[in-house]
Amino acid sequence: METLFACCIGFLTACGVFLMLRGRTFPVVLGLTMLSYAVNLFLFSSGRLTLRGAAVLGTTEQYADPLPQALVLTAIVIGFAMTAFLVILAIRARADLGNDHVDGKLPESELSKKESR
Amino acid sequence: MWHLITAPVLLPFLTALLIMLPPVHYSPMRRRWLSMISSAIQLVLAVLLLLQVQQQGLMHYAVGNWQAPFGIILVADTLSVVMVCLTSFLALGAICYGSAGEDEKGSFFHPLFQFQLMGINGAFLTGDLFNLFVFFEVLLIASYALLIHAGGKNKTKAAVHYVVLNLTGSAIFLFSLAVLYGTLGTLNIADMAVKVAALPEEDLMLVKAGGLMLMIVFALKAAVLPLQFWLPATYSSASAPVAALFAVMTKIGVYALLRVYSTIFGENAGPLAGMASDWLLPAGLATIALGAVGALASQDFRKLVANLVLVSVGTLVSLVALQTELSAAAALYYTVHSTLVTAALFLIADLIANQRGKAGDRLVSGRRVSQPILLGFIFMVGALTVAGLPPFSGFVGKLMILQSAVEPVSRILLWSLILLSSLMVIVALSRAGSTLFWRVSGTEPGGGKAPPLQVFAVIWLLLASPLLAVFAGPLTTLSQQAAAQLYDTSTSINSILGQYPVEEIKP
Repeated sequence: METLFACCIGFLTACGVFLMLRGRTFPVVLGLTMLSYAVNLFLFSSGRLTLRGAAVLGTTEQYADPLPQALVLTAIVIGFAMTAFLVILAIRARADLGNDHVDGKLPESELSKKESR
Repeated sequence: MWHLITAPVLLPFLTALLIMLPPVHYSPMRRRWLSMISSAIQLVLAVLLLLQVQQQGLMHYAVGNWQAPFGIILVADTLSVVMVCLTSFLALGAICYGSAGEDEKGSFFHPLFQFQLMGINGAFLTGDLFNLFVFFEVLLIASYALLIHAGGKNKTKAAVHYVVLNLTGSAIFLFSLAVLYGTLGTLNIADMAVKVAALPEEDLMLVKAGGLMLMIVFALKAAVLPLQFWLPATYSSASAPVAALFAVMTKIGVYALLRVYSTIFGENAGPLAGMASDWLLPAGLATIALGAVGALASQDFRKLVANLVLVSVGTLVSLVALQTELSAAAALYYTVHSTLVTAALFLIADLIANQRGKAGDRLVSGRRVSQPILLGFIFMVGALTVAGLPPFSGFVGKLMILQSAVEPVSRILLWSLILLSSLMVIVALSRAGSTLFWRVSGTEPGGGKAPPLQVFAVIWLLLASPLLAVFAGPLTTLSQQAAAQLYDTSTSINSILGQYPVEEIKP
């Protein structure tokens, strides 16, 4: 289970980093979302992965660490709010700057393509 | 007055809520007055807290009365409370400046400002790393919205970069927290220090990785060399009072570096002791150099001031990397000085830009300013202070820094870089000043007179500089006390973890 979990986090992070390095705002937002999923899973696993373990003492023989669950919950809420803000900001940047590039201007290659059309 | 520690967090929060509620929200004057009065009260409470900490030594407050390693605690020691005082002092000036009209160019200026103060004060006072993350997010989301206050192309562009970078930083922060929690089993700073001191061999590399990832995050907030590219654009495009408040934001990163690498990974950390210094010293020194070159190359005054922020951050980070009591004391004094003077310079830049018509703050010949004597004088005071010339506080700060570099290698590097960068800053500022005030075309001034409230705000911030120089004696004693308290980790850990909380809370 640990291997699968680790691979999953690694794959999500790789996708997130790849998308974040793209030039347009939408892939960047998606990349950040992926990265925050990876972070949340990773944070969750910091309390060790246990099967059939309740977070409350005395209910089962094995119990899970409740703190990472609380941390993940906080991280999810914050990440969600931040992503929502970023989406709105990206839309506003599209309107203000006239394109959806992260740098606010079209790269040279696309400019020349546009002119030749 | 046990609950006084929570006041710097709760008061801005309640003020922000009150400002958004009906009787206050509908009238701009009421919003301004409430915001200003609340900031003044915050300043008074922060000073009271400082006096109390001076009397009693380190204080801590268990939130919800949950005992220390399990619940979240707020810790007030001299260092953190001085930073809170600094923030409140700065905030009062910035709010006064904003209240002269800047706040009505967009909505929710005052509530956002107060939320940001809540985040900043919380980040200084917290004794728990995850709580530090939460307060970082509180201050960041307020700063995102404040950055685009009043709108405009430049602001939106800068904000996109700033938000994406900080979200990535938050992700790295969480990764490192998870690694540290997975190995140490705690996120309370004092408890982590205990656990790191008794770390089993096999967890060493994991904790080191986690600790260094934390360094990346704080270096991003502080804008240290490879992670500083966002700063000039962000700070120079923000509106003046916001940029003035942002002057303290980089210092939060420096503060977190100082706190984490002197408490958790301090002298008692065994093989991990001082692990960040190898990275921070070269990065800090390179930041000083880059900031100075950037100041010389700047095309407008606000960019120039933003580069001066970089110089101060570089200086502070190099001091943190030295990891001695002397350097921490120098860092604290220099933080207070550099934050206030760069904030004042951002405001001065705005005053000048408003009076030069189309030329704004670009360093080209333009129309003359309408109040040359007043603006010229405050510009001169600000420039002399930031460059570190006597008789102002910059000189005292630089002197303390130069004295704190004891080892030969760091002494050679730090002395040469700081003195050279001061020279470059003087050249850049005198060039900027002569262009702004003397290369004028025509006799008509480019704009009206500055509102008295704005002038008052600038003088409020600038006045701190001669005061810091006049009272340099007691203030250096204070910063030495703070540094001694910071490096006396065993006492602070004992006082936080040793005794279980607090008097019974009556229903």
